[in-house]
Amino acid sequence: MGRFLIRRLLGLIVALAVASVVIFLCLEVVPGDPAAYMLGVNARPDTLAALRAELGLDGSAVQRYFDWIGGMLRGDFGISYTYRTPVSGMIVDRMWVSLPLALYALGLSVAIAFPAGIWAASRRGSAADLGVMGVTQLGVAVPNFWFAMLMVLLFAIKLRWFPSGGFAGWDEGLFAGLKSLTLPAIALALPQASILTRVMRSSLLDTLGEDYIRTARAKGVSRRRAIWAHGLRNALIPVLTIIGLQFSFLLAGAIIIENVFYLPGLGRLVFQAISSRDLIVVESVVLLLVFAVIAVNFAVDMAYGLVDPRLRGRR
Amino acid sequence: MSLLQIEGLHMAIHGQPILRDVSLSLARGEVLGIIGESGSGKSMTAFSVMRLLPRGAGCLGAVRLDGRDLLQLPERQMNNIRGRMVGMIFQEPMTALNPLKTIGDQVAETVRLHEGLSRRAAWDRARAALARAELPEESFPLTRYPHELSGGQRQRVVIAMAIACRPALLIADEPTTALDVTTQAEILNLLRRLVQEEGCGLMLISHDLAVVASMADRIAIMRAGEVVEQGPTAEILRQMQHPYSRALRAASAHAPERGAVATGETLLNCDGVVRDYALPRGLLAAPQHFRAVDGVSFTIKRGESLGLVGESGCGKSTLTRAILGLEPLQAGRIEISGQPINANGHVDPAIRKHMQVVFQDPYGSFNPRHRVERLICEPFHLWDDPPVGAARDKAIADALEAVGLSVADRHKFPHEFSGGQRQRIAIARALITRPDLIILDEAVSALDVSVRAQVLGLLADLQGRLGLTYLFISHDLSVVRSITDRVLVMKAGKIVEEGETRAVFDAPAHPYTAQLIKAAPRLPEGVGG
Repeated sequence: MGRFLIRRLLGLIVALAVASVVIFLCLEVVPGDPAAYMLGVNARPDTLAALRAELGLDGSAVQRYFDWIGGMLRGDFGISYTYRTPVSGMIVDRMWVSLPLALYALGLSVAIAFPAGIWAASRRGSAADLGVMGVTQLGVAVPNFWFAMLMVLLFAIKLRWFPSGGFAGWDEGLFAGLKSLTLPAIALALPQASILTRVMRSSLLDTLGEDYIRTARAKGVSRRRAIWAHGLRNALIPVLTIIGLQFSFLLAGAIIIENVFYLPGLGRLVFQAISSRDLIVVESVVLLLVFAVIAVNFAVDMAYGLVDPRLRGRR
Repeated sequence: MSLLQIEGLHMAIHGQPILRDVSLSLARGEVLGIIGESGSGKSMTAFSVMRLLPRGAGCLGAVRLDGRDLLQLPERQMNNIRGRMVGMIFQEPMTALNPLKTIGDQVAETVRLHEGLSRRAAWDRARAALARAELPEESFPLTRYPHELSGGQRQRVVIAMAIACRPALLIADEPTTALDVTTQAEILNLLRRLVQEEGCGLMLISHDLAVVASMADRIAIMRAGEVVEQGPTAEILRQMQHPYSRALRAASAHAPERGAVATGETLLNCDGVVRDYALPRGLLAAPQHFRAVDGVSFTIKRGESLGLVGESGCGKSTLTRAILGLEPLQAGRIEISGQPINANGHVDPAIRKHMQVVFQDPYGSFNPRHRVERLICEPFHLWDDPPVGAARDKAIADALEAVGLSVADRHKFPHEFSGGQRQRIAIARALITRPDLIILDEAVSALDVSVRAQVLGLLADLQGRLGLTYLFISHDLSVVRSITDRVLVMKAGKIVEEGETRAVFDAPAHPYTAQLIKAAPRLPEGVGG
């Protein structure tokens, strides 16, 4: 397990290094000069040059890359071109919205998918199974922003149970914070829960067809206990894979829902930074998200080992 | 009163009749052997007793265990019967255990379910049950996982689970079919001893007449869902009444007529072949190797049929792959018709086309989306100018006719054929390029006895007609005995004995060969033919 960890950590560092180069190069080729953008079209050339020097935009690409990476390693993410505040502070603020939102949505997704998937699999071919499959089909097909707007109309405007947008802030208390994240989390969770339900169902059905389930039944295990004691854990590997993918997606991909609900999350931060050529913010956030995705995959690999003894010690 | 009394059992799945009027009985301390080919309903009879039938199955008749009709019991009571009154052992030990639970937990589960013991007490019982199944705790701690055990050891865990609550009835469904001969003999001995010591009844299901003949007090022969004949073993073996029983017995002891004559010319020459596999190494430890094939030398003459026998893991498959040029060699050389097979990554198609191979699994060795004509023409990629048009059609027709299929079959898909027919297609695929050497890697091991007899007959016939040379790899000694001229016995990567097949079988020189031959189940003298 120790060697496995070291190798995975080395892989993680290499992946981050490669990702940072790719991100940097991509933004190098994006047209538009942040300094020109900040000063407007009528800026005088000498003012522009002065600002470019101040922002560190006049060095060579290689030098700017190492300045950026060096700063990151010291915890200094640089200063936002647009807002003139430290990027690290901005990211931390936004993380306090995005991370709870992603966890909330993932929690909902798992809380819906596990019971629904198990229920459908244990009643294969029944009306319950068909119902679950139908609803999840719909859940996968309906765009989440449209569903979000419907929820705003019903729960925020008509029933007034939840705010229609914005974030109350955690200073207002845990409840207020969760309340403003509830509708976005549901909107994000719906398609994810639908996918996860279907994965859970088919994985469990595969497992229930295995020989060892028959062996368990032959020693007197009831159908129900066969599912819970023998089927479920064996069915978890594909489910864990999907959960890992979903968490990465929820962290980075909530941009549309954040816009619909006017939430100050990471997605909106990147969106705004791109439109204002605030490249240093874009670079930092994207690298952070890459890190998050790799870290989640790492956690999922560790979880495989916990679930399956055959995967321990190997690799 | 009998322990188990099956009376007029009919079973259908989705209205399709599977069992017809099956009546059997079994007393305590008795072994009832059920014989039949795949699809004859022998396993389904066992699952009807366990009430573990597939969805859509319905039963009529009665299955009485100690006088109580199991078919009338509600599911909850059936759960109390399974494992406590009836224990079951399955064919596939590799997949019969939950891979995520320790063997101790899995055996203890039977006891905990039925006797409501604490975890600690249940583990004590599991320890005892595993010891009875000859897996003592000193060598096999209860905290082992199934993947840390061999097939035979896993089958012992399954047996321990079945006997943990000392059931009155044991059902063993092809318990040794997936195992090597020596392991098979050990497991059969274990089952025999359990019946004697615990006085339970054993229903032993097998397609192998020899296995059942050596174990059973009484035999029932099944075909197409019906019991065609049953009675005391000696009587059944002496005077089989039903034509199907006779056919089965004839097929079991079948030795095809062979007209092939080996020439003096050497076709394949292996000289000091060594194949090492690197073992996973520690961070600072020196690299370690596992020697799968250890200095193997032998030759095959043109027109000869050479057998290669040995247990799983002895290096048979690695050697086969090396001959096919699929494994790089660490030492030695392999030549076909005097030309070396370069096994370092690339094999010259001009040399490779002299050989073809037929594998064991007739279900897994075809791409299910290709038609027969495309499947059997695959070896033509070894040719610089593969035949096209009429020449290709003729090659396909010849190959299909040679193996006893019709030309019209070329447009069908593999799933439209039975297992035996698929193996014929595999042979057609091997024949189409007219190779000199055909490697038959357990080519008949997955087939029923009567189909096996047909395929063996076909192979003998083809060899005589086309002058083929066979390397016949098998763990089944009776098959090797019936179709080969010479035999090699392989153990732990080395050839331990080599000689004329008849001479080796009659008077084995190496103790390992003697052990293999002794372990192989045989029909009693005077039976067969």
